[in-house]
Amino acid sequence: MSRELTHPLPRSWWLKRPPYFRFMMRELTSVAVFAYTPLLIWALWSAADAASFSVFYEFLRGPLSVWLHVVVLVLAVYHTGTWIALTPSVLVLWRNDEQVDPNLITGTTAMLFLSVSVGVVWLVLV
Amino acid sequence: MPEQTVLEVYRYLPDEETEPRFQSYEITYRDSWVVLDALDHIKTEIDPTLSFRWSCRMGVCGSCGMTVNGEPKLTCETFIRDYNTETIKIEPLAHFPVIRDLVINMQDFMEKLPTVSPWLITDEDKPLEAGEYLQTPAQMARYKRFSMCINCMLCYSACPVYGLNSLFTGPAALALAERYNLDSRDEGTQERSDVVTAHDGIWRCTYVGECTKVCPKDVDPAGAIQMLKLSYALDWAKSLVLPGRGR
Amino acid sequence: MTAKPDKTAPLFWLLFAGGGTASAMLLPAMVFVTGVAVPAGWVAEDDLMALIGNPLTRLVVVSLVFLFLFHWAHRFRYALVDLGFGGLGKQAWLFYGTALAGTGLAGLAALRL
Repeated sequence: MSRELTHPLPRSWWLKRPPYFRFMMRELTSVAVFAYTPLLIWALWSAADAASFSVFYEFLRGPLSVWLHVVVLVLAVYHTGTWIALTPSVLVLWRNDEQVDPNLITGTTAMLFLSVSVGVVWLVLV
Repeated sequence: MPEQTVLEVYRYLPDEETEPRFQSYEITYRDSWVVLDALDHIKTEIDPTLSFRWSCRMGVCGSCGMTVNGEPKLTCETFIRDYNTETIKIEPLAHFPVIRDLVINMQDFMEKLPTVSPWLITDEDKPLEAGEYLQTPAQMARYKRFSMCINCMLCYSACPVYGLNSLFTGPAALALAERYNLDSRDEGTQERSDVVTAHDGIWRCTYVGECTKVCPKDVDPAGAIQMLKLSYALDWAKSLVLPGRGR
Repeated sequence: MTAKPDKTAPLFWLLFAGGGTASAMLLPAMVFVTGVAVPAGWVAEDDLMALIGNPLTRLVVVSLVFLFLFHWAHRFRYALVDLGFGGLGKQAWLFYGTALAGTGLAGLAALRL
């Protein structure tokens, strides 16, 4: 039986087919979620006094911060899109012995995202 | 009407060679031909040494799964006319040991299937006189999709998690576990949990989702596994709040 | 084959799922605020400081750091496994420990007022 051939999966498997690549990108959006947390911790820490907060605020206005934010924003939006798209396969609901239309669940989640986003921006800007 | 194409076929003859190779066959095919027809034509008319599995030729038996141009397919329902590439590459299903040519060893899958107890489990056996275990159409609707599996193993072939670690219980077996967990007549959810919620069970799955896309019977194993994760995780959370419940 | 349930997986999966949902719903808007609205000058320094100084905001932000980090810990750990670094993926403490430490740090930062 030792003459059976095995073909171990190479580490580069996720580069071989577009759906695999999109999957790996989706998983790596978690790095963006991670990368944003030091900024949140810094925000909490610096809000204690005006001098520290000025340093934080000026950092946010600098070019380095803006570029990092652009990268994180792209990944965060991709995360949101994929997360919403996958929601109906985890959340399978039944009402009166009929399955709730998966598109309704996707739509509701998307609406929730939009209203929450508007809410957050409104809270800060107004 | 007849057209020409080249099939580039993975060959491995264990008695004669140690490495696999690709062999090209130029064939004249008809519009109505599926890949399996072409392989059959090659075997009967050109090269009788070519080996492959098939049986029903109508997408029911699940024997003729192969990799066609990089994707796992049932070759009996994959039409040659749908490929406008110059050559069509035929390989055995990925992630399984190759016995010869396009024939893979399915032992691992066959051993995994019964570990999830894919049959009705009840706390007590009803006496025969008590009659059938009745079920309404609505109750059946909850699991029907997951019951359509024909064990063709395309999902294992599409799953990189299984490709990297063959200890993973895998899509079809786990979907079948959920099929019985969702069955109103079944009381085996707890009994299946040891295997299903093991480290190499549902928690291994990272939801690549390709198992669902390649499934010829629209079973959605990826969805079944996420449903299993959610229901067992909620059971676990409930057992914290209400100790003494199961587990 | 003897299989036994993975005792910690449900907890880490629920945290992953919770963090995934929280970040999917909130992160783009938050990144928009700190990455676009602030550099564009739409948010005054004092207003932002007052908002972040609010105890309720601080509680929410610490919770988000907790969820975001545990989402990352689980997903990134398994991404490494899928990338063929199974050995590293076995070191669960490395990922969940980092998440816990980060949450602690956020808690301490939140208490500095």
